[in-house]
Amino acid sequence: MSGKGTDKTGPALGEELISGIKGVLPEVIAISVAFLVGAVILLITGYSPLSAYWSLFMGAFGDKFGIGQTLTQATPIIFTGLAFTFAFRSGLFNIGTEGQFLVGAFFAALAGISFKNLPFFIHIPLALLAGIVGGCLWGLIPAVLKAKLGAHEVITTMMLSYVALYVTGYMVNYPFKAPGWVAQTVVIESSAELPRILPPTQLSVSLFIGLLCAWVVYYLLWKTTIGYEIRAVGFNPPAAESGGISISTRMILALVISGGIAGLGGAGEVLGVHRRFIEGFSPGYGWDGIAVALVGRLHPVGVALASILFGALRAGGMVMTRATGVPLDIAIMLQALIILFIAAPMLVKRYLMRGRLGW
Amino acid sequence: MTVAVEMQDITKTFPGVVANDRVNLVVKKGEIHALLGENGAGKTTLMNILYGLYRPDRGKIFVQGKEVKIDGPATAIKLGIGMVHQHFMLVPSLTVAENIVLGRERTKNGILLDKKRIISEIREFCDKYKLSVDPLAPVYTLPVGVQQRVEILKALYRGAEILVLDEPTSVLTPQEVDELFKAIRALKEQGKTVIFISHKLREVLAICDRITVLRRGKVVGTVDAKRTSPGKLAEMMVGRRVLFRFKKKPVKVKPVVLKVEGLKALDDRNLPALKGVTFDVHAYEILGIAGVEGNGQTELVEVLTGLRKPLEGRIILGGVDITNFSPKKRIEQGISHIPEDRHKRGLILDFSVMENLILGSHYRPPFANGRLRLDYEEASKYAKKLIEDFSIKTPSENTISRHLSGGTQQRVIVAREFSRGPKLIIASQPTRGLDVGATEYVRKKIVEMRDNGCAVVLISADLDEIRSLSDRVAVMYEGKIVAIKDPRTSEREFGLLMAGGKRVR
Repeated sequence: MSGKGTDKTGPALGEELISGIKGVLPEVIAISVAFLVGAVILLITGYSPLSAYWSLFMGAFGDKFGIGQTLTQATPIIFTGLAFTFAFRSGLFNIGTEGQFLVGAFFAALAGISFKNLPFFIHIPLALLAGIVGGCLWGLIPAVLKAKLGAHEVITTMMLSYVALYVTGYMVNYPFKAPGWVAQTVVIESSAELPRILPPTQLSVSLFIGLLCAWVVYYLLWKTTIGYEIRAVGFNPPAAESGGISISTRMILALVISGGIAGLGGAGEVLGVHRRFIEGFSPGYGWDGIAVALVGRLHPVGVALASILFGALRAGGMVMTRATGVPLDIAIMLQALIILFIAAPMLVKRYLMRGRLGW
Repeated sequence: MTVAVEMQDITKTFPGVVANDRVNLVVKKGEIHALLGENGAGKTTLMNILYGLYRPDRGKIFVQGKEVKIDGPATAIKLGIGMVHQHFMLVPSLTVAENIVLGRERTKNGILLDKKRIISEIREFCDKYKLSVDPLAPVYTLPVGVQQRVEILKALYRGAEILVLDEPTSVLTPQEVDELFKAIRALKEQGKTVIFISHKLREVLAICDRITVLRRGKVVGTVDAKRTSPGKLAEMMVGRRVLFRFKKKPVKVKPVVLKVEGLKALDDRNLPALKGVTFDVHAYEILGIAGVEGNGQTELVEVLTGLRKPLEGRIILGGVDITNFSPKKRIEQGISHIPEDRHKRGLILDFSVMENLILGSHYRPPFANGRLRLDYEEASKYAKKLIEDFSIKTPSENTISRHLSGGTQQRVIVAREFSRGPKLIIASQPTRGLDVGATEYVRKKIVEMRDNGCAVVLISADLDEIRSLSDRVAVMYEGKIVAIKDPRTSEREFGLLMAGGKRVR
């Protein structure tokens, strides 16, 4: 009963980290295997794996600029990864983080443009809040559809992603279009700009907001009554119901918060990186978030680490292409292989476990 | 009488566990031999060795007097050993006949199935062993009891002389059990040998000739069924005396705690399940609800706990009309609930023991004080106390509940529900699937709660349980309470009422 492991109450963050390091061995192996398979493909296509990987690594971590690029790429997917994780813990597959991300980004852009002459310490929080609200709203719709009509969230969240994509696209092509050829809004007021932290890269304070968000998600899920209830519903809805927990309100709450996190991520991109809403600015950060969440084992710390890995692949990949002529597709393929080796087996396992316990 | 099977000095260890420790077993030809023991006593392991699924570490096996090495089920089948597992191994989409001949198909011209011959053969088989099954029915359409018959027929078709039945009654209704026993007796008349694995004393005494009792992997002894008693057998199984009757505190003044009036409700298929249920339960009282399963008991429990909305009627708890209260508010009003399916409704298996122990009070002091934070330190203290008080066998309060045994899991539920200070306990099949020791513990606790002034509604498919614990017994039939009786009423009369017979005068 006594001893180091059991003295602490609840899963303490430090303790989880230690057991996490021991437990990430499968991930480390999977990532190594992904790189090995990638190397074979590089060899077959006539490139040197060593020099390709070296330039990939140096591009991602070799200098200040590389690190800045890596973290810039990692930032948005930290948010979407956390968003997917949070909903998943309540038993919901929020496939639509992309849509919530976009709506959040658009709302933040509007807030950044519309308010004039505000001091930054009011304007920035206001614009971030607008992003959260946008994301929450885009999470609320499928949540209510699920609770009231039983519509499956995988379908509704995904379809709403496309609605978000095209509605925001319309907005920046017509009502809110800035003068010029590009489908984008005008630049936000400088009072709403998130400070950049590693010029000349576009890395902004949004990274810290993302890490803070990871902590908040951790705290919410494992230290609060709401998190307890959300996890209870996620694991076993009938038992949670017997314990006096309302399944539908907890699922709605989880999906709304999930949307809010994604929306905040969108806001961070607009206020920190692009300083305006540009059509098609997201290369699929929402979808990457799903992968990152699964690779990160649906735990906030894992999500943050996996996001950095994926960010490095994106940032380093570009350098690799420039330096060695290896197509960027190789970096994307590596990402796909990692997902294949880690996320797919895990998803299948979880799914099977759920099916077996469904009765 | 000759010996059909002899197992000598069988030892089998799994990492960390000795499942069988120098076990000796002699089964005579043509007898029904029981292997009796608690869950985890090593019964199934021993039989899996006989059927070739496990290799023993040590020991010899003799079949029909000859020493044999059984290296797989194929060898066992060749030796005339058949086994019906607890979980059936049938192909649901195939017909009964197809399932029975699977792997031994009789063909015309070597390609096509000779269906006509197969079917007539199986019909003969059914008659011979009094196992009535329609050979053409697809297996998935059959009730569990009939599927079991198919399994038995399958073993017989493969030439089994020695038939091992692993906990065959655990999935059956009382009527199906009677049917099964008839079939087993018919097998005996045909000269077959049956090994019957069970942890249920009554069944073993009802059907078997001889009984070998296992405890923690060792044989405690083999006894003649006619020269033993439930008490003696239980003592052999558990290793100490076991209570079957509980002394209850006599109480005179018993205020009404729960009043149920004219309750009507639908089941999941929207058919009437409760058709006007009225009763009341007093403090210091256990009201047993007897009845064949599926007569509205499940729905009654769900309506009482707030998990199902009634169409009509009122539920009054301690003077408060709780008919429209949510499950949460009912818990706050003092209802505790032991659900019939502990994995579905009772526990969150992926939660730790601690997290499960606070379910339902997790949002209240001392665990939460109106703020967002859940005080896991308090929860841990509380869990440690309950683990101590209820002797929950768990490595720690942080152990994931899935890793505990069924009996321990039930203790977690009992600890949680009984420590909440309930006015009313709704215990639904509280000892289902538990072994003798755990069953005794749960029953003792229920009586203890009653002696402390709780009102208890006890729903059970086990009439013995109902009669030994209850102060009054309500019999449920087709969604109605057809009678309220003294628990000392004869078993026969209860049986008639449960079967829908008119009142016995």
